[in-house]
Amino acid sequence: MKVRFDRELCQGHNRCYILAPELFDTDDEGYAVLRVEGNVPPDLEEKARLAADNCPEFAIEIEDDATDG
Amino acid sequence: MTEPERPPVADWATDFDHTKAAYATRAPEIWDELRGSCPVAHSDRFGGTWLPVRHDDVSTIAKDTDHFSSQGVVVTDWRPDIPKPIGYAPPITSDPPFHKIARQFLLTAFSPKAIAELEQPARVMCNELIDDLLAQQTGTVDAAVQYAQHIPVRVIAAMLGVPEEDGDLFRGFIHRILENPGGVEVAPEDTMDAYLDALIAQRQTEPRDDLITYLTRSTIDGDPLTAAHVRGTCALLLLAGIDTTWSAIGASLWHFAQHPDDRRRWTDDPAVRPFAIEELLRFYAPVTMARLVAEPVEVRGCPMEVDDWVLLPFPAANRDGEAFERADEFVIDRQRNRHLAFGLGIHRCIGSNLARLELTVAVEEWLRRIPHFELADPEQVRWSTGQIRGPRELPVRIVATSDTAA
Ligand code: HEM
Ligand code: SF4
Repeated sequence: MKVRFDRELCQGHNRCYILAPELFDTDDEGYAVLRVEGNVPPDLEEKARLAADNCPEFAIEIEDDATDG
Repeated sequence: MTEPERPPVADWATDFDHTKAAYATRAPEIWDELRGSCPVAHSDRFGGTWLPVRHDDVSTIAKDTDHFSSQGVVVTDWRPDIPKPIGYAPPITSDPPFHKIARQFLLTAFSPKAIAELEQPARVMCNELIDDLLAQQTGTVDAAVQYAQHIPVRVIAAMLGVPEEDGDLFRGFIHRILENPGGVEVAPEDTMDAYLDALIAQRQTEPRDDLITYLTRSTIDGDPLTAAHVRGTCALLLLAGIDTTWSAIGASLWHFAQHPDDRRRWTDDPAVRPFAIEELLRFYAPVTMARLVAEPVEVRGCPMEVDDWVLLPFPAANRDGEAFERADEFVIDRQRNRHLAFGLGIHRCIGSNLARLELTVAVEEWLRRIPHFELADPEQVRWSTGQIRGPRELPVRIVATSDTAA
């Protein structure tokens, strides 16, 4: 699984940072910063989905691996 | 306060009036009716006003700053006279491109990491308020007047750097502004503006670690903010931060007073709390904003004309069944919750991290110390009218405290 984050859409609601601090940090102004590059560690996949499902601006997207079974 | 008398509402789809007590008490039912029958309601009141109640329409309008201006965000019979794109209270009344400039320098002070430092002081303060309530030993207390109301005032006063000994004076200003605007004649030297000006001047010469000092050091295009700008921003933070948060805390306690299962879940399962807070914000979202139509536009076939008001009822969007499963139910551990309590798009509430912190701490400390309480008399609960919705009087009976509970 990969997480895609669109900084242009982010308005700094920080829902992602609260739900998945392992995956999202915030910058000085409170905009999200994605902490992972490449694949999301399997134990964080559920948190990644939570962050995506709660972002009011639809700034986070999940890309599931085709081979993910 | 010379508001014209407005007749009672005959039909919420064609003649709604969001300032009526009937709307304050049964708004969620009205939204539900409209969502099914007339998702963009209209009223000739206030010189023409629209009320979209669906999540996707509210979102579209909030993001469309070309057709909808923030020059006016509170519906009145008149239209604002301070020109676009700055407006009366930047950034909330500003439009692009100015909006970004007025917003930018505030963001750092309200970022989640800056706000996290306020948690401990907020906790101490909530406990002081509860100490006072319990010392009263009457069994019945007003959770809105004696608790919820004070929290945001004290937090923002501490953030700005209002000295503790001026606390009463400062609360007097706030009370005058929020409860009785324009109601009393005040000598110019006794106004909050005069008080803030003096404080700003002092911080310019003796900087401290507070928000006023931060604002006096902020710049736009390299130039420091004028004293008037600093004062205006302080006033906006007070106006935007106080009765909103007061409403959210009050409504949350109103909920817990009536739902013993949710109280127990909160107490027994700390992991549910972040979800519970977002669900409280979804279900009891206190803030409805407004826009003025800037260019003719159609929404769901409704022709909106320049200078029509459009209400943005974020609370109604939050109860739309198209956007939320079991939208009309309070689900304390709701996992998927894209609520709009803090708005969305470029005007996303700057104070959202602070408000969330205050709400969490206020509920956490109340339920820790007063795990069992109930409404003293449901008839005596009074909800505010207008665009900020929350209980203003909330008498509750304390059944058990952490001292009396087993
Ligand atoms: C539960 C409490 C609160 C709620 C529900 C709330 C809600 C909102 C909403 C919906 C907006 C969007 C306005 C729009 O789209 O026109 C907003 C904007 C704003 N809020 Fe809050 N608010 C809360 C607390 C606070 C606090 C504590 C502060 C600061 C001390 C604050 C400061 C602001 C400011 C400065 C804006 C304007 C942002 C801009 O226009 O860029 N709010 N708020
Ligand atoms: S929840 Fe969405 S808008 Fe908010 S900080 Fe995260 S990515 Fe940005």
